[in-house]
Amino acid sequence: MTFATLPATDLETGHRLDFLLVADMVEPGSRVLDVGCGDGSLLAILRDGKGVDGRGIEISREGVNACLAKGLPVIQGDADTDLADYPDDAFDYVILSQTIQATRQPRVVLEHLLRIGRRAIVSFPNFGHWRVRIDLGLRGRMPVTENMPYSWYDTPNIHFCTIRDFVELCREVGAQMEKAVALNAGGHPMRVTLPWWVWNLLGDQGVFLLKRR
Amino acid sequence: MLVDATATAQYRLFERTNISAKTMSFAPLSSEPRSQVDDPSSLVMRFGADEPLMMDAGVALAPWQIAYQTYGTLNADRSNAVLICHALTGDQHVANDNPVTGKPGWWLTMVGPGRPVDTNRFFVICANVIGGCMGTTGPASINPATGQPYALDFPVVTVRDMVRAQAALIDRLGIESLFCVVGGSMGGMQVLQWAVSYPDRVFSALPIAAAARHSAQNIAFHEVGRQAVMADPEWRGGRYLTEGTRPSKGLAVARMGAHITYLSEMALHRKFGRNFQDRVAPTFSFDADFQIESYLRYQGISFVERFDANSYLYVTRAMDYFDIAAELGGSLAKAFKGSATRFCVISFTSDWLFPTSDSRAIVHALNAAAASVAFVEVESDKGHDAFLLEEPEMFAAAAGFIDAAARVRGIA
Repeated sequence: MTFATLPATDLETGHRLDFLLVADMVEPGSRVLDVGCGDGSLLAILRDGKGVDGRGIEISREGVNACLAKGLPVIQGDADTDLADYPDDAFDYVILSQTIQATRQPRVVLEHLLRIGRRAIVSFPNFGHWRVRIDLGLRGRMPVTENMPYSWYDTPNIHFCTIRDFVELCREVGAQMEKAVALNAGGHPMRVTLPWWVWNLLGDQGVFLLKRR
Repeated sequence: MLVDATATAQYRLFERTNISAKTMSFAPLSSEPRSQVDDPSSLVMRFGADEPLMMDAGVALAPWQIAYQTYGTLNADRSNAVLICHALTGDQHVANDNPVTGKPGWWLTMVGPGRPVDTNRFFVICANVIGGCMGTTGPASINPATGQPYALDFPVVTVRDMVRAQAALIDRLGIESLFCVVGGSMGGMQVLQWAVSYPDRVFSALPIAAAARHSAQNIAFHEVGRQAVMADPEWRGGRYLTEGTRPSKGLAVARMGAHITYLSEMALHRKFGRNFQDRVAPTFSFDADFQIESYLRYQGISFVERFDANSYLYVTRAMDYFDIAAELGGSLAKAFKGSATRFCVISFTSDWLFPTSDSRAIVHALNAAAASVAFVEVESDKGHDAFLLEEPEMFAAAAGFIDAAARVRGIA
């Protein structure tokens, strides 16, 4: 079962809506580390739109080369092994966009984010979304969706969680949630006033702005 | 320096002469390498008695000279100068035929029109290192005090001395700041030294297959090479030029040993395997039965035709002494603190001489110093020499980094 195949984008700029939402959480002129920065699209948005001094870590060589061509200082590396080498408070924000579910040790990674950055911004696909629940609960199949386009046997996403699971992890590692947003399948933020269980059911992605407590 | 296909072809050619006997034989040396020492066929900047090079060994070297080549045109802003730093046995002939060997320049894949270091856009400078033997003052140069070659009277050279000499050249050329400093291996060490010694004069830095300090294993290999040279009776305590001898055997053995470290087990297996050389079975002798043996002999023999044995001692020593953080209590991050230079560090997966872990140490330090740094590990089975070879991933990374930096610098 496959839904839309492309991430939702802003019609005017062509930027991904989830990137724009993350970018909104970042103060202009700050220092940002984007962990799992892919081809550097988000870093470029932050640099060009907000004058951010941005750095990146990306595991694929193709991604790193795309970043180099954009003039972005990006290091070929692995979130699971390389974050330990960064000093405390090195950045104003550390961003983990659609990557935490692909790490081997999400909790350790999250703790590093909160150590390296004064704030962390984490976005991830919500495994509690109703379509996922239908696939698992009624069809008895692992879900394949827009944000999770892989089959179970070839997916890099080895640590799926729901929005509620993530909230629980934040509590365990002592992270304070400054902002929490759920995006619907169209990539648009859902109404803020909705209760957690609605977000967890209808939210396609969760985006969290976190701070060390 | 191995250049894949051409070197294999050359070594086959060489096979027609007698290289497979028990011991190596050497042709009489042509006068070309000797004449390049004092009167090189490239540009030379000369510094008089009043402009000494202050060396780490505590010696003020004067007079001295530095031989260099340039390519492309310096723009009106003087903002497009790129300095290429050569490796252990390289020279200033980065992108033109070598006057001694007649072979093409050693980094034509990286430097030239339309290449990552595009000579249509940039003013490219490459100079022979201090201690070298291609026209920059070194142990084979004439010591004005004695009228004889310096030999071991030449002060021991460091990578920082090499960079000081280059900075003096850049001053003379009227260039305040370099757009980019690029180099592989020992060239990469010079790139790092430039960034630490002259942070305000280096806009961007591209160290490839390099390290912030020479490892114990690498010092060990160099020591074996130096002892091979010094064990040759024709070395004569370093005075072979004066006494009319030549430590060819020692230097060739040094080169053979070093050459193995530039390759990888995979590359050796792919190129040579256990193949026999012009025979179908072992000869039950110590002739060069295996292709790899005659290949190494070719490398050794051709090396002594172009390189001075004492220069080999000095330049390997410079690498051994290289530890950029040593004077800062071992903190590499302190060395880079406050640097505004844009760095791009490149390593190769199969390089065991300057392994990726060495490059990562540089990257971690630059990160800790909050410097701007990119890092790529290129997948290659060609070992340390990969930086001189056809490696499209390396070119893509270098071109992307250099082009983006040029945009920021406003270079057309």
